Amino acid sequence: MKKSLIAQSVASALMVFAGAATAQISDNSIRIGVLTDMSGIYSAVEGPGAVLAAQMAAEDMGGQVNGAKIIITSADTQSKADLSASQAREMIDRDKVDVLMGNVSTASALAAMEVADQRKKIAMVTGAASLPITNERCNPYTIHYVYDTYALANGTASAVVATGKKNWFFVTADYAFGHTLQRDASAVVNASGGKVVGSVSHPINTTDFASYLAQAQASKADVIALANAGGDTIGSVKQAAELGIMGSKQTVVPLLMFISDIQALGLRETQGMNFTVGWYWDYSDANRKFAKRFQDKFKGRAPTSVQAGVYSATLNYLKAVQATKTDDSDAVMKYLKSTPIDDGLFKGTIRADGKFEHDMYLLQVKSPKESKGINDVAKIARVIPAAEATQPLSASKCYLVTGKKPS
Amino acid sequence: MNTTMLNKITVVVFALLALVPFQNVVYDLFLMKVFCFAIFAASVNLLLGFSGLLSFGHAAFFGTASYVTAHIMKQWGVTPEVGMLLGVGCSTVLGYIFGSLAIRRQGIYFAMITLALAQVVYFAATQLPFTNGEDGIHGVPRGEFLGLINLTPSSNMYWFSLAVMLFAFLLIQRVVQSPFGQVLKSIRENEPRAISLGYNVDRYKLVAFTISAGLAGLGGSLKALVLQLASLGDVFWHTSGEAVLMTILGGIGTLWGPVIGAAVIVNLQNYLANLGGWSTITTGAIFVVCVLAFRRGIVGEIAYRLKIKL
Amino acid sequence: MFELLGVTPQALTSQLLIGLINGSFYALLSLGLAVIFGLLNVINFTHGALYMLGAMFTWIGLTQLGDWVGMPELEVPYLAALIITPIIVGLMSIVIEKTMLKRLYHLDHLYGLLLTFGLALVIEGMFRHWFGALGNSYPVPDMFRGGMRVGELFIPWYRLWVVGFALFVCFATWYFIERTKLGSLLRAGTENPRLLQALGVNVPLIITLTYGVGCALAALAGVLAAPIYQVTATMGSNLIIVVFAVVVIGGMGSIAGSIVTGLGLGVIEGLTKVFYPQASSVSIFVIMIIVLLLKPAGLFGKVR
Repeated sequence: MKKSLIAQSVASALMVFAGAATAQISDNSIRIGVLTDMSGIYSAVEGPGAVLAAQMAAEDMGGQVNGAKIIITSADTQSKADLSASQAREMIDRDKVDVLMGNVSTASALAAMEVADQRKKIAMVTGAASLPITNERCNPYTIHYVYDTYALANGTASAVVATGKKNWFFVTADYAFGHTLQRDASAVVNASGGKVVGSVSHPINTTDFASYLAQAQASKADVIALANAGGDTIGSVKQAAELGIMGSKQTVVPLLMFISDIQALGLRETQGMNFTVGWYWDYSDANRKFAKRFQDKFKGRAPTSVQAGVYSATLNYLKAVQATKTDDSDAVMKYLKSTPIDDGLFKGTIRADGKFEHDMYLLQVKSPKESKGINDVAKIARVIPAAEATQPLSASKCYLVTGKKPS
Repeated sequence: MNTTMLNKITVVVFALLALVPFQNVVYDLFLMKVFCFAIFAASVNLLLGFSGLLSFGHAAFFGTASYVTAHIMKQWGVTPEVGMLLGVGCSTVLGYIFGSLAIRRQGIYFAMITLALAQVVYFAATQLPFTNGEDGIHGVPRGEFLGLINLTPSSNMYWFSLAVMLFAFLLIQRVVQSPFGQVLKSIRENEPRAISLGYNVDRYKLVAFTISAGLAGLGGSLKALVLQLASLGDVFWHTSGEAVLMTILGGIGTLWGPVIGAAVIVNLQNYLANLGGWSTITTGAIFVVCVLAFRRGIVGEIAYRLKIKL
Repeated sequence: MFELLGVTPQALTSQLLIGLINGSFYALLSLGLAVIFGLLNVINFTHGALYMLGAMFTWIGLTQLGDWVGMPELEVPYLAALIITPIIVGLMSIVIEKTMLKRLYHLDHLYGLLLTFGLALVIEGMFRHWFGALGNSYPVPDMFRGGMRVGELFIPWYRLWVVGFALFVCFATWYFIERTKLGSLLRAGTENPRLLQALGVNVPLIITLTYGVGCALAALAGVLAAPIYQVTATMGSNLIIVVFAVVVIGGMGSIAGSIVTGLGLGVIEGLTKVFYPQASSVSIFVIMIIVLLLKPAGLFGKVR
């Protein structure tokens, strides 16, 4: 008896040590690398604001987790896949970063996800939109946090068709994102009883949209849907206003838009437009409180949905590290995919394919009279429940869900 | 001008570079990127410095090889040297075709035709399905060199890249110091005289252009393996401009110039990028300073002072 | 009504009209470039950045200047900007010419190109740093708001004003260079500057002024563009290689050539947008290749 008791005690003592050895934080610090576009076309959507958001999350955790210091670094991808790949590698290999945060622009996100997968580090994608991130290109270390093309299509398209605007004409940017957005939105339009009467594809980074908008006008569709992003969206909206489309019988619907785009365009030309986001600052008290904190440090600009997403993703990552007592990626991913998130800003769950399922918000741009400040650009038209805004798990092409590894 | 000094320096530098994987201060991926762009810049230098032809469209060759190699490695799973050979082969053929069209014209018109042709390649890259357009080709496997050495580990890939750069370096040296190279120089100095001496000037220029295109392709293929991706940035005209900048900064007409130029510019992009617009401002300022006061470039200036050939 | 490849005649007409409007923009921009190349033998890559400066200064004049000088009510109206902005930019470029460009005239014109390319990067970088990448919106001036309906087509007054004014400026410049005495001095300066100098004409002054005027034309195009396109730091770099293509196709140094080519290419680009829109960006380059292969010095140029 005594022998086995000693053996048992020794065994348990050894197990405690062995357990302690694995449940450890690498080099006693948690390093978060914000990989984003700091100066290019998406810098206002994510960019330096995202770095601030990550820092705020670290502050809220007290600057450390279980005694390990939180270190936040950042790098600029300029939305270029090459830079994203080399910065991601450098962050992981040299700076010992544990998680890559941000990753706006799909090409950059895919590059970073690839590196993260190889090195078994986590990539949290907040800024990019493409559905393949949680479908064909999914991997066990990626979380798609804020929004995707499915949510945009379902949020905006179904709401607009429901108001009786049934005929749609698409002005689409000629690249994968634009085509995917058009495809997803068309599916919604058709399913809701509407009809796609035509479309035109323009090269990305077009300056002059008059020709395409004229084709849209000629089609006499109720809705001119913009399946493009960034400078293309801004250009199309501005010129649509110039061509007298705003205030005519036709409605312009940008399928992807952020409050930063509206601030750049001004309310006069964008008032009344509908768009879908994953988070809006003027929705709840918690959101408003966070936004106030953010804008006091960010030259008076409220956070975009993506920047708030970075805050939330960072916070929940750190909480996961705290709970699992390690920054080992497998353990943290397991925790994140099994624990619901409710941090005051976002509420939902992370699924097996890496998608963070949460409510989306259909917004309507305010008129200049209604707006009380530079950030007061929109009001909530409708809250879109998570189940409606997210592609059903059963339809996912991610191999983690279907079991079929891609060739 | 003393060339044995150059050879000694070459040996020393390459020996030092070979030791990089054994230390932690200099990041080997960063150097690998430098090698790719150094080869690219060297191809522009071959054309500009030694033949006097400015091409604005070299990204077409760099990018074509990058896409071809990336696609082949991913789809057919061949060994890297086969992938690179096919990539370089494609860019060389493209170079021959573009060169035949462009050579007929001089000076700025030559440069503009190369730019226009490169824009057509860019357009093709956005439309062809195999390039994946904006998304690019990701997850390119590095494969096993000669079926024996796995290139996935960083240090193996590093030595492989260093060897490729050495090969490119020696190739350029051979071309420049050969009788062919001498004729090119004479064409650059005084074309009418070369014609009057009976040389088929257009043919020489075309050969130089084709070799240059192949070299640019070598840089592109290597880059596809180093970063394991190919994207539209590879064929964008800004990339052509960057190669010209690297050549000028390093020193037109020198052998080590493109390497130094590439090292400086890649470094700048990496570490200044965080400061918003400063990366563009600094790049532009370097251009301005180089052109106004520093036309020989870094290496050119050193070579001039020391009266050696670099 | 018959349809051409699925496009109605009305739609075609509207596209042609839009193409013509774009073409007048190209013409105005390429005019400045052609003047500078023709007389200075400099390939002015800074042109795109100066165009952007024209638009930026116009926007600043309307929205920011008041706050900067402590008079929040101060606003530079559009018509004033149309005159003031090109003058400011013209003066700035004269400074550039006197301090930097002058030193490169004796060298291969590659260096002029590289210098102006570097300057363009510096200017764009500065504005991108200050104003961000998304840019700012400049409203259409009230006097030009609205437009007219022609059948299905809506033509904004502002765009008609742009075509008219741009064509007027182009014609005025052409007339000045080809038909006036001062213009003949400029042309003589291109042919044989030394002889002209020997005859007592202050050639360096003429060169400096020419550069200034060429750049002012770019800024003028920028002022015209501000109400239509979003005013961003990169608006010039997107446009510059297209404008280069126009100048090269027209024949570098030919004033009339660049005007006609600008208009023509605008129309062709417009047609491409109807039948094969994805290729509209590359159509101009394809044409450039064809033209340069058939006519080495461009459509209207003279082989030097």
